[in-house]
Amino acid sequence: MANKGKTIKVLLSRGDNSNSALKEYEVPAKESQTVLDVVTWIQRNLEPDLSYRFACRVGMCGSCAMTVNGKPRWTCRTHVSKVMDGDTITIEPLRNMPIIKDLACDLNEFFEKWTKAKGHFVPTKTRDDSVQIISPKEKSRREANAGIECINCGVCYASCDVVENDASYLGPAALNRAWTLVNDVRDGGRIERLKAVTGDGGCQSCHSQQGCTTYCPNTLNPTRSIAGLKKAAAIATLKGEM
Amino acid sequence: MLSIKLYIAQRLTAMLMAPLVLLHLGVMIYAIQGGLSSGEILGRTQGSFFWGLIYGLFVVALSIHAAIGLRVVIYEWLGVTGARLNWITTAIVILLLGLGSKAVYAVVMS
Repeated sequence: MANKGKTIKVLLSRGDNSNSALKEYEVPAKESQTVLDVVTWIQRNLEPDLSYRFACRVGMCGSCAMTVNGKPRWTCRTHVSKVMDGDTITIEPLRNMPIIKDLACDLNEFFEKWTKAKGHFVPTKTRDDSVQIISPKEKSRREANAGIECINCGVCYASCDVVENDASYLGPAALNRAWTLVNDVRDGGRIERLKAVTGDGGCQSCHSQQGCTTYCPNTLNPTRSIAGLKKAAAIATLKGEM
Repeated sequence: MLSIKLYIAQRLTAMLMAPLVLLHLGVMIYAIQGGLSSGEILGRTQGSFFWGLIYGLFVVALSIHAAIGLRVVIYEWLGVTGARLNWITTAIVILLLGLGSKAVYAVVMS
């Protein structure tokens, strides 16, 4: 109730790739208000044609990532009170992706790079084989588990300066996914995957600046995964396996 | 455009240079005790197979390492790709090898 009558100043990006500008709105301040709540309030009360994405609202689906006060964040789990810059909050689309309209980005290239990095599981068993027993204590399983909770939100991709400077770079999310599969003992595509992640724009292009690790909302460490891929690929190359 | 082979070459040359840099710094600190003179330095290096080998290795490793690093900067900042990028990288290797070899020759062989 302490916020009754109070408002916050919101600068929201409107437009598309060729023409976008910040527009100012006054939004009622609420307790425990998230950035997504603010965007939704504007869409429902002021701008019915405002485009943005969300689905689960609980930090599971990875749909609602935006740039908030210059930093990439999942907006459904970002409280306004924690990211306010004075009395203002600036909300823009994610960096490093084409803008479709307003806050909605085109994620096609982001997901195409997952495919390019061979981010799919290659089975080695059939339904007639018994279930493989894997101890959660195994080093490879621990490595895979460390990166498995990625929700594909694109925050790491938007925060990466290598992505910004090198259009062919696969990006932290795709490489992190590849690393989880390289460590999956049931997977049969290891060498092909290592080849895929060491082509143009592969893991070796990472400068280890750790923007991805700084901003990952699930506190994953894609830089570490990429370092693992670099090492695995270098060893495989020196052994003549690829 | 950094291939995995160039990536490995840059890491291996870094591994080679790390102890050489420490040795170089150590010798510099040792060499300036009691004043620095070209006569003292040349007295140690001229005709020395050991120092010729050390600094020769240093020059080779540095030329490869630096050229690969600059290649990445040129690609990312200037957008140069393909054969042009390969030519520029090779030119940097040749330039650094030339300058470095000349310096090593001067202190060891002359």
